[in-house]
Formats: sequence, structure tokens, C-alpha cells
Amino acid sequence: MAGTGTAHLNAAGDALLRVENLVVQFPVGRTGLQVNAVSGISLDVVAGETLGIVGESGCGKSTTGRAIMQLPRPTSGSITFEGQELTTLHGDDMRTVRTNIQMIFQDPISSLNPRRKVRDIVLEPLNIWKLGTSEQRMSKVRQVLEDVGLDPDVAADRRPHQFSGGQCQRISIARALVLEPKLIICDEPVSALDVSVQAQVLNLLEELKRRYGLTLMFIAHDLAVVKNVSDRVAVMYLGKLCEITLSDVLYARPAHPYTDILLKSIPVPDPTVRPDLNARIEGEIPSPVFPPSGCRFRTRCPRVQERCAIEEPVVRAVEPGHFVACHFPLIGDVAPPASANGAG
Amino acid sequence: MSRTRRHLQAGTRPESGVLLEVEDLKTYFQTAIGVVKAVDGVSFSLARGRSLGIVGESGSGKTILSRSIMGLLPKRNTIREGTVRFEGQELTTMSLRARRDIWGAEMAMIFQDPMTSLNPVMKVGKQIAEPLRIHLDMSRADAKATSLRLLEDVGIPEPDKRLEQYPHELSGGMRQRIMIAMALACGPTLLFADEPTTALDVTVQAQILDLIQAQRQDRNMSVILVTHDLGVVAGHTDEIIVMYAGQIVEKAPTPVLFSEMRMPYTEALLESIPKLDQPSHTMLRAIPGRPPDLINPPKGCRFSPRCPYVQDRCREEAPPLVEAETPSHTYACWYPVGSDVWKETKARLAEAGTVVLPVSVEAAEPGDVVPEAAGTPSDDAADSATTEASETPASSPRGAT
Repeated sequence: MAGTGTAHLNAAGDALLRVENLVVQFPVGRTGLQVNAVSGISLDVVAGETLGIVGESGCGKSTTGRAIMQLPRPTSGSITFEGQELTTLHGDDMRTVRTNIQMIFQDPISSLNPRRKVRDIVLEPLNIWKLGTSEQRMSKVRQVLEDVGLDPDVAADRRPHQFSGGQCQRISIARALVLEPKLIICDEPVSALDVSVQAQVLNLLEELKRRYGLTLMFIAHDLAVVKNVSDRVAVMYLGKLCEITLSDVLYARPAHPYTDILLKSIPVPDPTVRPDLNARIEGEIPSPVFPPSGCRFRTRCPRVQERCAIEEPVVRAVEPGHFVACHFPLIGDVAPPASANGAG
Repeated sequence: MSRTRRHLQAGTRPESGVLLEVEDLKTYFQTAIGVVKAVDGVSFSLARGRSLGIVGESGSGKTILSRSIMGLLPKRNTIREGTVRFEGQELTTMSLRARRDIWGAEMAMIFQDPMTSLNPVMKVGKQIAEPLRIHLDMSRADAKATSLRLLEDVGIPEPDKRLEQYPHELSGGMRQRIMIAMALACGPTLLFADEPTTALDVTVQAQILDLIQAQRQDRNMSVILVTHDLGVVAGHTDEIIVMYAGQIVEKAPTPVLFSEMRMPYTEALLESIPKLDQPSHTMLRAIPGRPPDLINPPKGCRFSPRCPYVQDRCREEAPPLVEAETPSHTYACWYPVGSDVWKETKARLAEAGTVVLPVSVEAAEPGDVVPEAAGTPSDDAADSATTEASETPASSPRGAT
């Protein structure tokens, strides 16, 4: 579960966003210890695609999303957006870049200011950037609200508490869209919603992605939801990357034992499919303060061998476009000895 | 209920027969703006050792139903009618003192959020031992020994160490196991699990569901599993009730419900779940709008404002629960899945390419709390369900500031 290595990245010029060897650590009080939230993740997002990131709580998927926004700044590593390095940007330069990267959060109700009207919430980014005349701004707000499926005549003068969770999420999306960003980072955007409303919001995101030519980074713990929206999916575990490939490939032929277990744990809405009791994961996710040596998944892995404790696996291709960080993946060959790494 | 019952009485109890009978149960809440009909005439029965799933969206009344059966709702401003018979005893009229002897000992509940349901300032061991001491009159030493065994049963490593820890020292999955251990402590015959895994990761969810299943079989205990996730109930229940707006809209044995569903709401609920075997970017079928206002539920079928197959009759007359051809399967719909009207409409919608409303419109009734003139919400929602272009037709400007 090393996830060190950058074999899976596209050529430098092709990606809209490129994250290399991202490390985020948080201090534990004054003990001098560190929480290793993200430990050397490399990812890239090509313009127009949706990259899904899945993993259990504590795997660092939200931290990755926030580190891209430089909130907080990563401990080390490089993040380039349209060829511009973000980790060294400050002040106005950083603020300008952020107009192109927006975020949508998990809890739609608490991420909207309860005391402000929907119009003002959506209008604020335009006011800050003083884009157009006030009429142009207002018509932009109306248009964005319409695009997310809200009636501007009715919705604009209301406050967030007068809307349901699904509608609040639409408002959050409108706020993210109003500056016409290139990339939207969605951090668990539907996990607080009912299945029926969740489907509405997922369909809406797909539609807006087409209409606005967006690139999405979709962070979620629900593998079925991620599969539905993503072109490529990255699986994370304890701050490391396990596997990354096309969404349909990942679900058809998981290479990493962790991905396989995750997929088999999903309850299937079909009673003829009996739960697979052999594919259960044992124990709990280890502490990110004292992560296991070698492969971080080894303490719970059904395929663990001696080598996993000693040598950290490096991301490598098991088939074209399918990258995994595992010495003994479910498909493809056993990893070559450490010196010959870096193929693909 | 005697206070000297033996621990884990499964062996001394009848093996089969009806355990719980609920008849025409109604639970209303009086609020400043009207009576909320949270549970409106629910009847079902549950046999010993069986597991029942109750499924519905938020606001469908599934949680209130389980609390109403258990008698856990506050007395003030609550109206409860109908009968609940548990092991032949009527619960609705029972005194609080008598009910206390049943809670924990005979019926127990696992809640959604294990962090807020455990006492943060009490050691785990003491919390598990409490019901044992109170209901079973155990000595301190016996209670501790039993707690240890319970923690082993629910798969907690190093149980003796855990007994001395506080809830905040444990992970979410571990806390939910503690909740289950507490619920199982006195060997209840009926276990309510209210969204037991919603707050947990998918790998832990699988562990917890398996655990509940295994304990049910070991103890010949009945389980009522309340959830919004059809995936969770599919693999872990014998029978499923689908609730909508406080009423049962379909009830069937689990395999039948999935293969022979009749109610369009059940169909819509199932189709709105993203599935792993679909290719990515499959358009999902969303249910437009949201559950109705329970103060003024829509006239006729309560699902009619959101139903794609709605006919005039649906808006006027409420469909009764009727028997389907398949045994022990009931549903409430005038034009069920498989009927001619359903086939026609489905074909028409497929032709028009609007099986799914891409940007589905929520029938905006911002502020459920604002009482609306009866009728308007449903009319609006019905319009919006048919015309994709109309956006959020909020019926009245009442909610506006």
C-alpha cells in the first residue's frame, strides 16, 4: 500500500491538476508525534474527467482534497494546476487560482450561512471579484440557480433553513459554479442525503459537468456512488494510494486485495446474492501516528507475506492503465525486486 | 416480568409462534402548526426468531414506528392509538414501571450513532453491567463475568481491557459492538436495530450486520432492522416492510419483494441506488420531489405527487393494502408494477426518454413547517414530475421572508 512512485501519472503537460508525493502531517498536541494523514500520494486529473477517490474514514481522502486547495498547506510535495505550482503561491496569486478550483462539502446545511439569503450566498463570489455590473451579476445568479434546478424567483429570497438537504446541496453547487471554475472538488457531496435525493444530485452533477465543461474530483466512501460518477477511481488506505485505474476496470478486475475486500463488503440490493462471509476484513484500521512498516495494509491483508513488512510496494502497472501498489496483486505478476521497480 | 430470570433465556422460551403483533398503530404529534401523522395505521406481525426490515426515506416514519412499538416516545403531545401485543401482552396501556421490566430484558434497541448513545463519562464495563444488575439481579462479579463473555460474543479483542475504557477511547465500529453487547446483555427476544450501520464504514458495516445475524440465530431472537438502504436489508432479513409517509405501502418476504415488487415506490427506491454492475455514468432514476408534509398528507395515494405512473384515481382515492398473488405479499397501489397502466406509462416514458428526469425538480415546499393550503403541494409536485423544464414550482410565497 505504498503508493509512493509516480508510474501512474500522465505526461506532465496533459493533466489539469497534478499532485506529486503529497505529504500532510498534523502534530499530536505537544507530544512531538505526527498524524500521518497523507503519506506520499501522487494523483493527476485530466481536463474533463471525473476522478473518484474512495477509502474508509481516516484514509486521508478528504485531507488530500483540502491540501489541493492549500487548506491547510501540505507538509511537502508538489501540486500543479494548469502548470502552476500551488504550494509556493501566496496572497492574491493564490486567491486568483482558487476561483478555478471550488469545493462542495458533505453537510449541505452547515456549509451554508443560515443568516444569509440564497441570493447573497450565490452572489458573494461575484461581488468579491467585482465581475460585471450588478445586473449582470444578478442575471448570472438567476441562471446558475436555474441550472441547478431551483426556481430563482422563489429560492433567491429564502434562507437555507427553508430548504431540504437535497436543495441545500443544490445551492452549494450553485455557489461553486457561479465563478465558472475549471475543477470542482466534491467531498462526500451525497453521503448525507437519502438515496432518492442522492440520485437527483448525482444526475445533476453529471449534467452540469457536461454543460459547464467541468473536471471533477469526487471524494466518497460509497463505492457504488463513486463508480457511477467517475471515469477513473483511486483507492486510498491509511494515507497511501492502493490502486488507480478506469472505473469499470477497477470494479471488474480489482488488483489490490484491499479493493477486492471493499467491493465484497458492499451490501447488494439483491437477496439472491448471499453475503460473502469469507471476504470480511478483520480488525481495525491502524493508527496513522504509528503506521505499520512496509505495506500499510499488511496487518489486515489476507495475502500478506514476509516481504510486505520489509519492503514498501511501489505503484506499478499490472496491465495498461491499471496501476497498483502491492507486491502480490490479484491480477498480474508479483512485483519485481526493489531495485527493478518503476516499470510502467 | 420476573426480575430473577435466567441470563440468556433462549432455551427456556417457545421456539416459534408470533412474538409481536401490531394492529392499526397510529402515532401523531401535536405541534404548534398542526398534528403530524408520523405513523398512520400500521399493522404487521413478527414471528419468533425472524428478522424484519423496515425501509423508507427519511421522514417516512420508520424510526417513530419502532420507538412507538417500544413505547419510548414522550407522553406529552403524543397521541398513540392502536394495539401492540408483545408475547401476548398489550403494551400500549402498560404502566411505565411494567414497561421498564420489558425494556432491556425483553426488547432492546441499537441506535444509529453509537457515540451519542453511550454515556461518555461511564466506563464501558459499567454500562454493560448496568442492565444485568438491574434486570437480572446479578451480583457485581457475575455481571462482570457476563459482560466479558458478551464482549467476546460481539468480537471485541482484549475484552478485559475494554471494560475499563471510556467510549471515546474506542473506534466507531467498536462502539457499535459495545451497543450491541449492551442490547444483548439480558437476552432480549426482540432487538430493534435503528440504522445500526449508517455511521460506519462499509467494511465495518459488513462486520456488524453479520454479527447481528449470527446473534439472532444463536439466541432465537427476532430482529427489526430499520434502514433507508435496501442493500442492507436484502442480505439480512426474512421479510421487508416499505414505508411511505407513515404508512405501509408494500410488505413481502425479502426474495419476493425484490423479484415481484408491485409498488412503484419500491421500484423507484431500488432503481435510485447506483449499482456496481452498471457501467459508470449510468443515469440514475431519481424520485422527484421529497416525502410529503405529514401534517396535510396528499389526498388519495400519498405517493401520487411523485409517482411517474399516476392516474386521476390515485389523486382521489387512497389505495388499500391488498394481497398480491404471491403469498404473504401485500401492497397499496391502484396500478401496480406489472399492470397495464404501468406497462403503458413505462413504455411511453421510455420512448420520450424521460424514465429519469435528468435535472429532477424537487417539489419545493421549503419549510415543511409552514402549513400550506391542502392540495397545493401535491398539485405542484405532480406538475413538476411531468414537465422537466419547470423548476421548483414552490406553490406559495408563504415561506419567503
